[in-house]
Amino acid sequence: MNINLTLIGQSISFLFFVAFCMKFVWPAITNAMAERQKLIADGLEAADRASRDLELAQQKAMSQMAEAKHDAAGIIEQANKRANKIIEEAEVKAQDKAAGILTAAEANVEQEVNRAKEQLRSQVATLAIAGAEKILESSVDAAAHKVMLDNLASEL
Amino acid sequence: MSAGEQTSSGYILHHLQNLTYGKMPGEDGWRLAHNAEEAAEMGFMAIHLDSMGWSIGLGLLFCFLFKMAANKATTAAPSGFVGFIELVIEFIDNTVKDTFHYKNKLIAPMALTIFCWVFMMNAMDLIPVDWIPQLVALITGDPHMFFKVVPSTDPNITLGMSFTIFFMMIFFTIKNKGFMGFVKELTCHPFAPPTKGPAIVLAPLMIAINFALETVSWIAKPISLGLRLFGNMYAGEMIFILIALMYGAGLAFGIFAGFLQLGWAIFHILVISLQAFVFMVLTIVYMAMAHDVDEH
Repeated sequence: MNINLTLIGQSISFLFFVAFCMKFVWPAITNAMAERQKLIADGLEAADRASRDLELAQQKAMSQMAEAKHDAAGIIEQANKRANKIIEEAEVKAQDKAAGILTAAEANVEQEVNRAKEQLRSQVATLAIAGAEKILESSVDAAAHKVMLDNLASEL
Repeated sequence: MSAGEQTSSGYILHHLQNLTYGKMPGEDGWRLAHNAEEAAEMGFMAIHLDSMGWSIGLGLLFCFLFKMAANKATTAAPSGFVGFIELVIEFIDNTVKDTFHYKNKLIAPMALTIFCWVFMMNAMDLIPVDWIPQLVALITGDPHMFFKVVPSTDPNITLGMSFTIFFMMIFFTIKNKGFMGFVKELTCHPFAPPTKGPAIVLAPLMIAINFALETVSWIAKPISLGLRLFGNMYAGEMIFILIALMYGAGLAFGIFAGFLQLGWAIFHILVISLQAFVFMVLTIVYMAMAHDVDEH
């Protein structure tokens, strides 16, 4: 129970341990703790942001998908319309062409008939004259009867 | 008990005597004290080897444990041991932040050191009182070897710490408020001396009264701080010794004493942590007072 040098010894060791703690223990541990706290806070924030981003991306993907579906439906509809139109056009064209061919053929036939008639007409006169010559056995004045015969031919 | 013919009071006194190494007056010079009278004769020029040894040993253990944790502390998830140390540090940090609102890098580490060190010193109380002294007696071969295991039952230890804190208080007061601030604190409270009018003749009297009161209040701080811890630990130790005394009084008493010791030890767990905490908190409060520039 005597007060003695132990008092001073304890003071010195107290100061020493406080200094040691202040220099080597306290800053190291509190810094590590503060850093870890920051790291965890950052991590949580990043996770939060990531989940928010994910949600946004999902929403975006969904809207894009819907848009794409809509576009595809439009394109298909358009294509169908176009196909129908092409078919219709083709039908019209084919009908036109058939009609053209038919008219051309008819015109051709008529032309042939006319030519045959023309030929027949020109030859009728000659044949009539030759027949008349034969019948009359005499020379007939060709020029005198030509007008009469031409009239006959035009009546054919 | 170290000797067959020992009396109860001899047993108790033996347990309350430190292992003292000091300078005997006369021709003997420096040597171990063989009894309480010799230790008293040595006066101030003596040192308690047991208190000093346990105190420094436990302090080194504290440094070692916390340095190990500091080396392992990273931003990765802390292991069990590091987690425990960080828990202690967080607790101290919060306590300091609650009370001490100034900038000083010394206070928190000092609070940690005080809390852990005092706690460890107090915790030595939980070791049955005869174990270590008997072990020492066995090793040294001297059955009368004095050996106290709980450093905080030595007033030198507790007062050594509290007076160091006292000098720190004075140092920080002068550092933060200037020397005149310190003098003012001692002389101008609690009664403000009149500065004008005829009452000014009373000023020296006021200053004298203030000085007397403030000196007592200043000196009372370290003494109450040190003696509170010492008194609590000394009383606890004394009860452990008295309980241990009952082991020599027959089987029935021995079993009863066993239960008593268990009960007291469980209660003492509260006391040792509470005393360590109180010592730390008061230190922080005193330091805060020394930093409080706008006082009054």
